[in-house]
Amino acid sequence: MVIRGRAHRFGDDINTDYIISGRHKFKTLDMDELACHVMEDLDPGFYERCQEGDFIVAGKNFGCGSSREQAPLALKHAGVAGVLAESFARIYFRNSINNGLLALVCDTSQIKDGDELEIDVEEGIIRDMTFGLEVKSSPLPKVMLDILEEGGLVEYMKKHGRLSLEPDGA
Amino acid sequence: MEGNSGVGKTISEKILGAHSGSETTAGEIVIAELDYMMAQDGTAPLAIRSFEGMEGNAVARPERVALCIDHNAPSPLRSVSELHAIMREFAMKYGLELNDVGEGVCHQVMLDKAHVVPGSLVIGADSHTCTYGAVNAFATGVGSTDMAAGMLSGSLWFRVPETIKVTVGGTLPAGVFAKDIALMMVGDITADGATYMALEIGGEAISGLDLDGRLAISNLAVEMGAKAGLMEADEKTLEFFEGRAGREFEPVSPDPDAVYAREIEYDVSELEPQVARPHTVDNVTAVGQVEGTPVSEGLIGTCTNGRLADLRAAAEILKGRKVAPGVRLIVAPASREVMLKALAEGLIEVFTEAGGAVMCPGCASCVGTHQGIPGDGENVISTANRNFKGRMGNPEAFIYLASPATVAASCVEGKIADPRRYA
Ligand code: SF4
Repeated sequence: MVIRGRAHRFGDDINTDYIISGRHKFKTLDMDELACHVMEDLDPGFYERCQEGDFIVAGKNFGCGSSREQAPLALKHAGVAGVLAESFARIYFRNSINNGLLALVCDTSQIKDGDELEIDVEEGIIRDMTFGLEVKSSPLPKVMLDILEEGGLVEYMKKHGRLSLEPDGA
Repeated sequence: MEGNSGVGKTISEKILGAHSGSETTAGEIVIAELDYMMAQDGTAPLAIRSFEGMEGNAVARPERVALCIDHNAPSPLRSVSELHAIMREFAMKYGLELNDVGEGVCHQVMLDKAHVVPGSLVIGADSHTCTYGAVNAFATGVGSTDMAAGMLSGSLWFRVPETIKVTVGGTLPAGVFAKDIALMMVGDITADGATYMALEIGGEAISGLDLDGRLAISNLAVEMGAKAGLMEADEKTLEFFEGRAGREFEPVSPDPDAVYAREIEYDVSELEPQVARPHTVDNVTAVGQVEGTPVSEGLIGTCTNGRLADLRAAAEILKGRKVAPGVRLIVAPASREVMLKALAEGLIEVFTEAGGAVMCPGCASCVGTHQGIPGDGENVISTANRNFKGRMGNPEAFIYLASPATVAASCVEGKIADPRRYA
């Protein structure tokens, strides 16, 4: 699968409070409503500017802070296709994959705001079409690839009933 | 990942190994059976939705699941009341324990009721689940869908973490507390210095702390990115569980030749009270650097510092004194048990007489949903664990984190103050 979109550049330590503030997330389970507030404390116009299929490109420790799963969900409902970061906080990383939202660990230092990106998901290759640069992402553990392949953990559990390190053989 | 089987194991390797029926080494992925799981009102409604999406018709082990209504309790909004109703209904339907409004912060409730015991494997749909590392449990925060998968199947996948060994030596000076050790560690290790890793925290200063203090340190493990903040069980730990734990348990110690990713040593004999400045927890400095900064609100409570020892430390300073004009002091005991003990000791009276506002046990204003949202441009001094921009509900406010004593002293003076002057 190859996907294309524009980069929205953010810095290090983007916590889940910034992705979706607690003052919104506790109020509703309506993710489209939450999506309108995504990143608003940090970048008020983000939701309006974000196009379907765009990427968030960040530094280290993306998604630190609360365990709120509303963070990847709100990003997904805002149209974000995935997040590229130098590193992710572990709960966010699990939540993202569990909800079928791409999270790739790679060297993001050269990618600029607004750059056109092309990502080959299977190969883990990120091409910056604006800058003419290619970076490789670290591979995901098999269990995460299996979950992504099923479209998220809900679908995975619906199908398999329990987690397995060899879901095909189970 | 390079294996090191045949050599000593860390606490994480042992607990995850015992719960997955295999010899495990850092870096491996295991599927492990869960001893207990918890979700709160910010995460449970979504976990319930995910659970329903998985089309399971039973919770694997309902006696191992607790739901807590603490983050937004009592409900300040009609929409929140509806989410709480979903939790009550689900708990009733599947026979789960529901800790309703007033029971307290989920993490303290899990301890008070001894759902977490030494050597156990616990998940919580809340990032500060790492708190229970202080009682020797491998406890880690997960999201709602992982919680749902845990409820459905009773197990979850884990990557066995590498471990950083932290040895805290020395004896704390008067007026300096466990929270100051925790903030010092976050300042030094930084917000992502332990990402994907477990901490094993020990040493003379840790042994010298009561359980309440140790819990405050493990609570902040996630602020360094850590998956768990583990301590060994000692007599104080066992004493806490005596007569409380309804089941057998076995504490887990690391092997003397366990393999660590890194080892860090501190000496806290000359540690000064620490303050984390806005807007990151690792923006830590000694209190002297920020002394005199005016404050409009003080918060004493939360899963970090809402325990009896914390309330005692604050009350010692507030007794016979008044909160400075223009300052709001909000006090929220961590749980019903803490509230009752604080009442019996006269601490609630001290806070009330000093001009503080005592809240129902729960998260209070920690996460910005209710009970004390600061105004624009205001400074808050809080015993909580996060000071992110907007955390308390207003991105135009500034949050400083400190020990209960520092918060109490600052509320008395109306500006950030050094609690050692009251020690
Ligand atoms: S007290 Fe604060 S940090 Fe602790 S569980 Fe509640 S909201 Fe989270």
